[in-house]
Amino acid sequence: MSSLAIRVEKLGKQYRIGTLASQRYQTLRDTLTSVFDRTRRGANGTIWALKDISFEVEQGQVLGIVGRNGAGKSTLLKILSRVTDPTEGYGEIRGRVGSLLEVGTGFHPELTGRENIYLNGAILGMRRSEIQRKFDEIVAFSEVGPFIDTPVKRYSSGMYLRLAFAVAAHLEPEILVVDEVLAVGDAEFQRKCLGKMSDVAQQGRTVLFVSHNMSAILRLTQETLVIEKGRLKMRAPTPQAVDYYLSQGFSQEGQRIWEEDEVPPEAAPFKPIAVRLKDAQGRVSNAVRSTEPFTIEVEYALSSPVTGLRVGLYLMSTRGEFIFTSFDTDDPSRYERYPVRPAGRYVSRCTIPADWLNEGRYAVGINASSFRVRRYFHDEQTLNFTVDATGAPGMQWAEPRLGPLRPRLDWQIEVMD
Amino acid sequence: MVTTRSEHAPLIYLRPARGWIPLNLSALWAYRELIYFLTWRDIKVRYKQAVLGIGWAVLQPVFHMVIFTIIFGRLAGLKPDAGIPANLYPVFSFAALLPMQLFQGALQRASISLVQNANLLTKVYFPRLIIPLSAAAAGLVDFFFAFLVLVGLMLYYRVPFSWNLLWLLPLVLLALLAALAVGLWLSALNVQYRDVQQMVPFLVQAWMYVSPVAYSIDVIPAQGPWRMIYALNPMAGVIQGFRWALFGANPPDRILWVSVGVVAVLLVSGLYYFRHMERTFADMV
Repeated sequence: MSSLAIRVEKLGKQYRIGTLASQRYQTLRDTLTSVFDRTRRGANGTIWALKDISFEVEQGQVLGIVGRNGAGKSTLLKILSRVTDPTEGYGEIRGRVGSLLEVGTGFHPELTGRENIYLNGAILGMRRSEIQRKFDEIVAFSEVGPFIDTPVKRYSSGMYLRLAFAVAAHLEPEILVVDEVLAVGDAEFQRKCLGKMSDVAQQGRTVLFVSHNMSAILRLTQETLVIEKGRLKMRAPTPQAVDYYLSQGFSQEGQRIWEEDEVPPEAAPFKPIAVRLKDAQGRVSNAVRSTEPFTIEVEYALSSPVTGLRVGLYLMSTRGEFIFTSFDTDDPSRYERYPVRPAGRYVSRCTIPADWLNEGRYAVGINASSFRVRRYFHDEQTLNFTVDATGAPGMQWAEPRLGPLRPRLDWQIEVMD
Repeated sequence: MVTTRSEHAPLIYLRPARGWIPLNLSALWAYRELIYFLTWRDIKVRYKQAVLGIGWAVLQPVFHMVIFTIIFGRLAGLKPDAGIPANLYPVFSFAALLPMQLFQGALQRASISLVQNANLLTKVYFPRLIIPLSAAAAGLVDFFFAFLVLVGLMLYYRVPFSWNLLWLLPLVLLALLAALAVGLWLSALNVQYRDVQQMVPFLVQAWMYVSPVAYSIDVIPAQGPWRMIYALNPMAGVIQGFRWALFGANPPDRILWVSVGVVAVLLVSGLYYFRHMERTFADMV
């Protein structure tokens, strides 16, 4: 007897470009005119969001799926959870698929917490008796107890989220498909969610887990699929797959240049041009030395004046943990000097001091926003680089040092006798 | 333990759908609780934060009745069906307004239901038919309350009750199925062409005028093909049946059968069209 939970062969999904974000729906007039205007129709391109995907998942396995935005992860999950049909290929799934593609699907703001538990449970495929049985448990998990008979439109976003996740977490499908539910919520809640996910895995159910959070992927899964541009790039034990993922998709040469068509239109008036990492000699590089300073520069253009703009960096470890976030107008005097940045072309540059980072691989992300107004552009994984620790403190011992920092600190040793 | 359960779990196939898809109505039965919950949500949400609440379900047909009675009954002097006294015009028009409003409401809600529930379509799997079905069914509660008013009116005007009233049940079902049949077509079309939702309010209003609500079916010439053409509007048969069940005059004739036939054709074709379009909903909506 087969113990496969999922088997897919050569799955592919094609989209007409017109049906994607830019042109959401046709009007009758468009169709009528295109009947007479064949050339326009031919110009309508199609893209394969997913192509030639084949893999198998054993029952009880927890499989991670990683890939950059737009790589096709969500499309794959949508096919597996039967929200959309594949364009080609074939698949078999044994058992009920519960999907947490987005928590709170079907929540209605006018209904109370109690009513939404029943509604959402039914939408996710639970029977009424099942919801009744688990009701108290769901309420306890969500910690919204006293407000259970209040319309959820009066909930704080945290409460709303906790309730939504609580319902979804109490589903008992044979196969659970989870997409980025951990991207939201506070640290405490995230811990709770991760705990719940490990419980699910330990009960022997099959879990597909999509996340950008590498530490969560590493913690929860043994094996991981890497999807790149709609294709299955590799399947490997998780640490190996995560390593590969983090080293790919970044530019190797220490800079990231945005082509005209890569900039999302909603970023306007901000337009990223390039992010570069330069070593102490001013060369663009993806390898720097721990004992020398290096600079990171963000080049961008503003098509119109922006009030309160701040352009900043994230520095992350390859495990996805943030090391710091810093903005070009963090310094109050500089903040006052640039209340409005006129249209034009800019470079924001900062220097990371010497004797600071430990050896290893790091990722740089960028953020351009006006506080509490808008986030124009945001990319958590713009480029990555390695730090070489030759000459750093403690190199006389050939051992890895824990932690992302390797500062040269001023130690004193006093003899006390 | 879990493994054994999984081994008995049904195997689901994922493959591109080509051509015409079987209706697979048994899946609807498996999801009957979801139909219930979505219907319940629609009812619950509709009158939230409205002071009059469910009272609106009653007020709307009552206002219509008052207007019809004054304009058509008094000023224009329209007569009820042969055999119904002229002073019963208010009950006569109210008896038609009930199934008409059930039909209009169900059609209107079903038509926009898919687009309104786009977030469900793109996130969770369930038989898509559930959405227009529960949207259409949600009008039954309004109907029930308005029906209580009808009973009150009949008592007030001393219209005798008869066992024919039981015929109202299949007639209500026919009105709902008619709305669902048209609603299936329109809801699936609306996913692709948002023109539909602009058109629907006009459509339901026009539909009321071509149905024998304010006037009697007697005004349609009995000679020639006119009545049969008129009967292509399924609401003609439903309303004729309603008035017969309530007043005992003008029993249903071929008109009702034509209506049943039209509903059957629209419903079956609507179901197939819906199933055919269903697989693209999540990508198009």
